[in-house]
Amino acid sequence: MEQIPTRRGFGLGLLAAGEKNSNVVGLCADLTESTQMHLFADKFPERFVQVGVAEQNMVTVASGMAASGKIPFCSSYAMFSPGRNWEQIRTTIAYNDRKVIIVGSHAGVSVGPDGGTHQALEDIALMRVMPNMDVVSPCDAIEAEKATLALVKTSKPAYLRLMREKTPVITTLETPFAVGKAEIYWMPDAGLAQVGIIATGGLVSRALFAAKELEAEGIKTKVMNLATIKPIDVDAVVALAKECRKIVTVEEHQIAGGMGGTVAEVLAQNYPVPMEFVGIKDKFGQSGTPDELIKHYGMDKDSIKEAVKKVLARKV
Amino acid sequence: MLLTEKKILELTKIANDIRESIIEMLVEAGSGHTAGSLGMADIFTLFYFHILKHDPKNPAWEERDRVVLSNGHICPVLYAAMAYAGYFPIEELKTLCKFGSRLQGHPHRAFLPYVENSSGPLGSGLSQAVGMALADRMDGKDKDRFIYCFMSDGELDEGNSWEAAMLAGKYRLRNLIAIIDRNNIQIEGYTEDVMPLEPLQSKWRAFGWNVIEVSGHDFRFLNEVIEEAQAVYERPTVIIAHTIPGKGVPEFERDYKWHGKSPSRKEAKIALDELRTLGGKIRSEHQ
Repeated sequence: MEQIPTRRGFGLGLLAAGEKNSNVVGLCADLTESTQMHLFADKFPERFVQVGVAEQNMVTVASGMAASGKIPFCSSYAMFSPGRNWEQIRTTIAYNDRKVIIVGSHAGVSVGPDGGTHQALEDIALMRVMPNMDVVSPCDAIEAEKATLALVKTSKPAYLRLMREKTPVITTLETPFAVGKAEIYWMPDAGLAQVGIIATGGLVSRALFAAKELEAEGIKTKVMNLATIKPIDVDAVVALAKECRKIVTVEEHQIAGGMGGTVAEVLAQNYPVPMEFVGIKDKFGQSGTPDELIKHYGMDKDSIKEAVKKVLARKV
Repeated sequence: MLLTEKKILELTKIANDIRESIIEMLVEAGSGHTAGSLGMADIFTLFYFHILKHDPKNPAWEERDRVVLSNGHICPVLYAAMAYAGYFPIEELKTLCKFGSRLQGHPHRAFLPYVENSSGPLGSGLSQAVGMALADRMDGKDKDRFIYCFMSDGELDEGNSWEAAMLAGKYRLRNLIAIIDRNNIQIEGYTEDVMPLEPLQSKWRAFGWNVIEVSGHDFRFLNEVIEEAQAVYERPTVIIAHTIPGKGVPEFERDYKWHGKSPSRKEAKIALDELRTLGGKIRSEHQ
């Protein structure tokens, strides 16, 4: 199975976006190769701004460029942007209503050896609580490319969350993608699903492997790829809950306030069902290989299977 | 552009009217920043009535000069200058800070679409101005108009300001002109006690800027200095404008406590008497 990092998909998507639309500009804080913005910067140097290690300046300069009709993409590691520059994003982009796409790469523990300070585990929470800000978390490189191109056309500022590590390519060019729409990627061959697994980002592929093994063990599930965390596809999430009656969420992020929290808010108001959350349990990351870390923090295929069995055992 | 004696007299009168409006709107609002607003009245008058390439009746005119107010707390002077220039009715000034008003406590584009940026938290204006200047250069418009960024001296405590200064120096943004309200005060006292900024000129020069110091209350001198800034092609210019906080009302002048305070009705009366009689030189209708 082909493995490509989602940041690569973004890099290709931005290059294509730049070719289609001359107002697309790129800004980076000394991380063009890591965030794959170098592809755009090499092709369109006159439309690229290198701000150096200055993430607060990066997004605020982008706001000014948006005020002048540009469509700016700003990239850095998620822990620095939106981590360090959250207030500037809020004031000069969201509140000021200037459309900028903030690209946070190296999110989650799968950043690996650099360790805890470089592993953003709180960025979904930070960005989804901000008014006038969409949040997109693509599941593979192909979806990341589509998301990048789609975000050129949306009306709101947006946060695009990417991973460092290569992940399985689970979609194709034909797989539907639209900002705000959730898609089902796995359903039982026959019979009703007993648990709905809602996953986002690099862990969607692990959720699919878990679903496959669970099927062989006699447990039927549906797996939803929730690529847009905000605005969340309320209808699809509620429909999944109504059908399966039990939900497991899966994200490479703190359980507090992330995608699982968003789903819980929707279901509590519309169709409360028992839920289990797969994610980081209120800890910081650390050095290791991506696979080691994902296993250590309980987000691997076996942890997902365990969560499904746990929620199945809960009495309503 | 040439500033005649006649024009200077006109500007002096407008600045005085703007100062009256600032006092009136602040006392009505019961909240706001008096010292900086009064201090910058002359500079804003000069810009809105002489310097700026703009069209109050067509605020979205594509070719306009851009005014980025970074220290949004002095919005009373921005609002007053805009109102007198014709962007919106002068009567609207008394709605400052009121629920539903277009004139929010700090400028907000969602309510007042004529401002270039929403502001409040300090240190972000220059970056936005840099972004506008860069965009103009990308579009080949950097010789057609200027981006003016108004900043306070206190906000230079914020690191973000210097990130912007560095980037402007890197790109030699000649179409960017910054004006610092050097009134030497901030909330907790004098800038040189709270967080010393001097030597300020040499800091900006080190970041690649052309630096000019000027009195913030001398129309002729200011006009010359702005023309000089507009003519400099190799780098951005920062104008360090020395102003008296609270200028125009002797009881308020040079007192940092007036930074974030609005006048009481009694204090406003004293201030308005002063302004309406041109410092006791004439008798005013209201007396």
